[in-house]
Amino acid sequence: MTTEHHPIPPSPVERRVAALEELLTEKGYVPEGFIEEFTRTYESDVGPMNGAKVVARAWVDPDYKQRLLEDGTNAIGELGFGGPEGHHIVVVENTPDVHNVVVCTLCSCYPWPVLGLPPRWYKDPPYRARMVREPRVLLQEMGCDLTDDVDIRVWDSSAEARYLVLPERPQGSEGLDEDQLAALVTRDSMIGVGRL
Amino acid sequence: MMPGVDGIHDLGGKQGFGPVEMETDEPVFHADWETRAMALPYGALAHVPNASTSMFRHAIERMQPAHYLTSSYYEHWLTAAATLAVEGGLVSREEIDERAGGTFPIAQPVRAGDVHAPPPHAARFHVGDRVRIRNLHPPGHTRCPAYIRGHVGVVTRLDGEWNVPDVEAHSTERIPEATYSVRFDAAELWGDEQTGVTVNVDLWDSYLDPP
Repeated sequence: MTTEHHPIPPSPVERRVAALEELLTEKGYVPEGFIEEFTRTYESDVGPMNGAKVVARAWVDPDYKQRLLEDGTNAIGELGFGGPEGHHIVVVENTPDVHNVVVCTLCSCYPWPVLGLPPRWYKDPPYRARMVREPRVLLQEMGCDLTDDVDIRVWDSSAEARYLVLPERPQGSEGLDEDQLAALVTRDSMIGVGRL
Repeated sequence: MMPGVDGIHDLGGKQGFGPVEMETDEPVFHADWETRAMALPYGALAHVPNASTSMFRHAIERMQPAHYLTSSYYEHWLTAAATLAVEGGLVSREEIDERAGGTFPIAQPVRAGDVHAPPPHAARFHVGDRVRIRNLHPPGHTRCPAYIRGHVGVVTRLDGEWNVPDVEAHSTERIPEATYSVRFDAAELWGDEQTGVTVNVDLWDSYLDPP
């Protein structure tokens, strides 16, 4: 059996997207090529690989780390990253005693220039509802084990600041160079739902 | 009387949603329509009079609660884009329904009346100050989450001035005002026994009172 000659009909939401796009394009409200350019940017140019470079630089360069913690936006700009959702980035540092984790309970605010677009779970209700109420329980459920003596700071991005977590440098990484270190840094560790 | 419309989007602390479903090697977009739904507002809203991020967020917040909770992030964006395109006169309800081959659900009308801008004022608080969050339930847009209203926190950071979203969403006025990061003890917020947990919320000056 093949579906080749019986393609799945568009879903209702696909029909609605096509309808609005057609109408807005016909009326000249959406510029030609806009959607393709937008897609290319967020699929290829912007993503957690940018944040990983910021983290690795902070691990190898104490002066950079200090600038990053004092003025995240400008220190991140030094590496060439900025743009939408990046006009005020605050970097919060994990230590053996403090673990930081980021959420947006009202929508899905996220530091796009360094992490790209957020994963689906970050935007869906369970994470947004629970991270401010029971972070210790939820972090454990998500595979981020913390001992009870580690303080947790939850950051709800409800105004203009966008948060990037600076994870702890993993033990045993002393001999690695900056590029090798960046390869160790996960998106989840920079949201604060994972450790390295 | 204009009832408050604390929106369904204000999810902090709501119970019953179950586990967070993580996905291995998640793609940026799961389908072509998601990409298009996200790009459309950027293309179109430049043509909506007085458009702002606050106005766009509020269009999402005005979605029917059941629709909001049963649709994805990108469907929220699509619905908000269609809502503002209709309200801004770029397209008509009839046009989008006809083109979609059925009813195109858009958000509910704006219920905020005249939103009175707070008088511009300098930052009233400093790092280390205790502040109580005002018990506000405005009929329009706000960025003051419900779960902290009435609670006392401590200012930990001053972030400079940004336009008050409650005004920006409903008015041509732009009122820059100081914003702060305010730290709350989680056990105090939720009346439970959790220890060593703070919740840090970023707030505009006019959401705050002295304790």
